[in-house]
Amino acid sequence: MIERTAAELIALQAKGEATAEAITDAFLASIKARDGEVKAYQFVDEALAREQAKAVDAKRKSGAKLGALAGVPIAIKDVLCTKGLPTTCSSKMLQNFIPPYDAHVIENLKAADAVLIGKTNMDEFAMGSSTENSAYKTTRNPWDLERIPGGSSGGSAAAVAACEAACSLGTDTGGSIRQPASLCGIVGIKPTYGRVSRYGLIAFASSLDQVGPFTHDVTDNALLMEVISGHDPRDSTSVDEPVPAYTKTLNTPVKGLTIGVAREYFGEGLDPEVEASVKQALKEYEKLGATIKEVSLPHSKYAVAVYYIVATAEASSNLARYDGMHYGHRAKGKHDLIATYSKSRAEGFGKEVQRRIMLGTYALSSGYKDAYYLKALKVRRLIKNDFDKAFESCDVVMGPTAPTPAFKLGEKTADPLSMYLSDIYTISCNLAGIAGISIPCGFSKTGLPIGLQIQAPPFAEEKMLQVARMYEAATDWHTKRPKLG
Amino acid sequence: MDIDNVRKVAKLARLDLSEADLATMTTQLSAILSYVDQLKELDTDNVEPMAHPLPLKNVFRPDELRPSLPVDEALKNAPARSGDFFAVPAILDAGDDLSH
Repeated sequence: MIERTAAELIALQAKGEATAEAITDAFLASIKARDGEVKAYQFVDEALAREQAKAVDAKRKSGAKLGALAGVPIAIKDVLCTKGLPTTCSSKMLQNFIPPYDAHVIENLKAADAVLIGKTNMDEFAMGSSTENSAYKTTRNPWDLERIPGGSSGGSAAAVAACEAACSLGTDTGGSIRQPASLCGIVGIKPTYGRVSRYGLIAFASSLDQVGPFTHDVTDNALLMEVISGHDPRDSTSVDEPVPAYTKTLNTPVKGLTIGVAREYFGEGLDPEVEASVKQALKEYEKLGATIKEVSLPHSKYAVAVYYIVATAEASSNLARYDGMHYGHRAKGKHDLIATYSKSRAEGFGKEVQRRIMLGTYALSSGYKDAYYLKALKVRRLIKNDFDKAFESCDVVMGPTAPTPAFKLGEKTADPLSMYLSDIYTISCNLAGIAGISIPCGFSKTGLPIGLQIQAPPFAEEKMLQVARMYEAATDWHTKRPKLG
Repeated sequence: MDIDNVRKVAKLARLDLSEADLATMTTQLSAILSYVDQLKELDTDNVEPMAHPLPLKNVFRPDELRPSLPVDEALKNAPARSGDFFAVPAILDAGDDLSH
């Protein structure tokens, strides 16, 4: 049961072969058996999950029309506000925070009759690439418990890979959905900027953040995208574009598909096994009738540098709200106002968050703003122009999602810059605001998953999912599950 | 970037960092900034800065009364409460001139 996809679980219920309650019980049992080792979850409310499942079963019995995700257990990254349930951002700062409202995507999931099973662990405030920056626990990669699951949505990726949820939501600011999806052998999408409302998403870098789903396969991803996408007036950057019926067109192969392959994605630092798997996937596409075309993204090597100025500048501003006054941690003892701010923030934020606030504050400070922030914004434009030009001659751009398979716990924690470079292939997608997806395309000799990244122009999710499904239909990587107790 | 720079930035960012933290931060931020310095090799004189991926425009809504968060809900997460208010440290000194 727990290894099934969301679409399969929906079909089982429709045929009367399983109830939502039985499905939820199976996943709760899986969490009990496995999460002691995997540590994907920050918070699980068993009673609430059962209550939601029973409500779905009752609704089915009554003959009422069911939502698109009826009875499907879903895990939520702890950066998304859930009314009445803890939302910590894996930070001490929000240890006791209980949001008074639901994020837009949570409202949509509830309206679709999904069963919210728990909140997942993450890098604090979504800052990190390994989930080791959580203030509470370190999530493990279900394929090798001595390795990281990727980050920052590591808990959401591990929960799906370990079959502790049928699917999950994450957020992606520089690769935080695609990189963990790649490292955990599942499918993860970063939608076009503006496709999914950010209302109720605790902000990290507002011009880069997007919410997206983790699933076992492309079909489930299309299903979730239909549910969470769409205009929301409460997010002024949410775009009022119609949401295509992604699941309806999914199995139509793209005729005359031209795949752009950027030579910059196959340079120094790329693991040979990752390179071999990705090149094999490109050959598979050629067999399916696609044309491979070399394209150039000459400014992609600057993406990490641009990102660590733009994202930290925005973060330093967004995280200024945590001052210990209205909610969040306040330092004990009697201090004046400024000391209360400074002590609360020093105690509440972990090291990586402090480092990024410092970097962003510096990049925006008087005398340095032009040299760093403004310069980064100009290079961001050049990165966007590269994509615009590439998409004139191809439908999608493909390459590796991450330069290496999952690395060992603790391997990069002492060197922030080496950690940052693990997002080298995913970051430009956020800077340009385009869409990207990671799908499984193989395993290393030691059994670690490898991901293929497909990037598409803004609002071309429909085609991107079709392209992803073409490969998936011809391969069986997406059917593999790790062996766990 | 030296430790005095870092101390000043910490003050701007309202982070009460220890001397040891400031020292570590100086080393780490310097390394990151020297990596960022590669941006200087690009000529960007005639490039329009891109703050955002979308052509943003102001979004307006009618100025109509709508239900807002009830006081108790809004105060539920407050670190300290006094009646219907957030309790915070004194912002003004007793001697401050409040006449303007």
